[in-house]
Amino acid sequence: MNVLEVRGLGVDYQSATGAVHAVADVTLDLRRGEILGLAGESGSGKSTLANAVARLLRPPAAITSGSVLYRRRDGTEADVLALGPKQLRAFRWKELAVVFQSAMNSLNPVATIGSQIDDVLRIHAPDLSRKARAARAAELLQRVGINADRLRGYPHELSGGMRQRAAIAIALALNPEIIIMDEPTTALDVVVQRDILHEIGALREEYGFAVVFITHDLSLLMEISDRIAVMYAGRVVEVGTARALRTAPRHPYTEGLLRSFPRLRGPREELLGIPGTPPDLRSPPPGCAFHPRCRHAFDGCADERPALLPVPGGEVACRLNEGAGADTAAREAS
Amino acid sequence: MRFLARRLGFYLLTAWAAVTLNFLIPRLMPGDPVDLLVARLKGNVDPAAIDAMKRAFGISDANLWQQYVDYLGNLSRGELGRSITFFPTEVSTVIADSLPWTIGVVGVATLISYVVGTALGVLMAWRRGTWLDGVLPAATFMHAVPYFWVALALVFVFGVTLEWFPVSRAYALDVVPGLTGEFAGSVVYHAALPAITIVLASMADRILGMRNVMVTTLGEDYVVMAEAKGLTSRRVMWAYAARNAILPNITSFALSLGFVVGGSVLTEIVFSYPGIGSMLLKGVENEDFPLMQGIFLVISLAVLVANFLADLAYVILDPRTRQ
Repeated sequence: MNVLEVRGLGVDYQSATGAVHAVADVTLDLRRGEILGLAGESGSGKSTLANAVARLLRPPAAITSGSVLYRRRDGTEADVLALGPKQLRAFRWKELAVVFQSAMNSLNPVATIGSQIDDVLRIHAPDLSRKARAARAAELLQRVGINADRLRGYPHELSGGMRQRAAIAIALALNPEIIIMDEPTTALDVVVQRDILHEIGALREEYGFAVVFITHDLSLLMEISDRIAVMYAGRVVEVGTARALRTAPRHPYTEGLLRSFPRLRGPREELLGIPGTPPDLRSPPPGCAFHPRCRHAFDGCADERPALLPVPGGEVACRLNEGAGADTAAREAS
Repeated sequence: MRFLARRLGFYLLTAWAAVTLNFLIPRLMPGDPVDLLVARLKGNVDPAAIDAMKRAFGISDANLWQQYVDYLGNLSRGELGRSITFFPTEVSTVIADSLPWTIGVVGVATLISYVVGTALGVLMAWRRGTWLDGVLPAATFMHAVPYFWVALALVFVFGVTLEWFPVSRAYALDVVPGLTGEFAGSVVYHAALPAITIVLASMADRILGMRNVMVTTLGEDYVVMAEAKGLTSRRVMWAYAARNAILPNITSFALSLGFVVGGSVLTEIVFSYPGIGSMLLKGVENEDFPLMQGIFLVISLAVLVANFLADLAYVILDPRTRQ
């Protein structure tokens, strides 16, 4: 069952030279307890999408269209975009928590780790006693592998990996249903990265929250995600299970991303990369936004924007695959 | 703590340098107060009288080193010599009589200006894009206006034209100084206009300074995260954003505290307020070197103390400095 349903979401950044469509018509589901990877180049709109879902956008960014539906375990639903200030505060962290890109900057440098866990508990669980809150904070830190005596420590006294663990501990404080992780391991070295990813997987098993994991590192997503959504120029161009994307990427952009870095195993391949640069989102190319950089582009690509259509193992928005979608539809119909 | 000990050592060294310069500069200048007095009298002075005056003013012909040792000795006993303007009053007495007025008015006004200005800066950054932004041009204007101009305008409008406030002295002539309500009322009444001048003229700096740092701080990830945590706006604004944004402003506040003692010379002059600024002016007018020297010494020491307090505040407010 879906815990979050994003429908036709659009986000614009108003600028002096016109609106930048950072996220355009995104439709995406997050299933309960899954890890959904969100991949794409810088500027593809993945962080903006996550911030829009968490209602963290600030001017000049504004949601222009669409809806975000949150479904609780008891079956009740909430329209996230329509929440009032009070409901929004209650929704935040209790239902949806965020781990930010650089833990270096996401912890308040002048407050102790303990107080940054405590203020969440104090606001959202006012009936907990001071003692109970302290015990919970210590438990959370220990759960992510940090010694409880660090509660009185300040962020600058922790290493980068420890800070990111602390940020994860804060995110877990209220057992949220969804945790958005915006490049949580990008600033860390690979060994620490490995530990943290392992930890996230283990915690997910234990608590059953769903994760939206944002990164530009597709190979990393392949390992940890259940499903992956690939974004390009503010749109989702391909969604599929991690296995489907790894073995048979359907969108030329996904293929380009996959072949932008060498494989550790398997036959030696030429690194394809993706020629050109991401488009200017104030005036994206007509038709498929990727066609100027696409090695498989044909005449029709510039004329009509391909819709996100179902294919075996996922969905893809590419005219090369329109036949494949029809096949499945036919198969499913029969 | 090692940080504080190091700072303390640094300030002691600086204080010694200030004291020494304070000793040297007047002595390196040609002439002395007696020469000036004699010159003013066109030289018709009995050499014995000159000698007597020199002794009375404490001017000696001993070598510089001996003078320096004597100076340090006197200083350690709190003796700053005798004022020429207010002869034979001791300089220390002149300063002790005028300093409380200055600290009272300028100190309280600086404090009010800092607290209100910082709070306004925080609010304006938080509510940027609303009507509060309209305060910005006014603040920029006030930022550019000099103290004495504000003082003159206030004296003219509220003192002379409307006659709402007195335009000189620290308390009314018909009030006996003492711990009475009447005296206190008179002091506050007389201090109001100078204090308002200082608040008006210095608050714009505080508003603009705090707002600018605060706007930058609001973009920090930890503020976004605080918001994502579902904390109340008030807690995000004060405990996360303002709490961090205030750090760079501590230094400028400490410096302005140091200059409180120096007094707002021009403001005090415009309001004929008997603070240390007015004394400094009188000292300069009468070439009263002992008085100027004494006042400069007090000012430099006050700046040093204020700086040390700023360091102390930094250590308390920013855990990153506690190494």
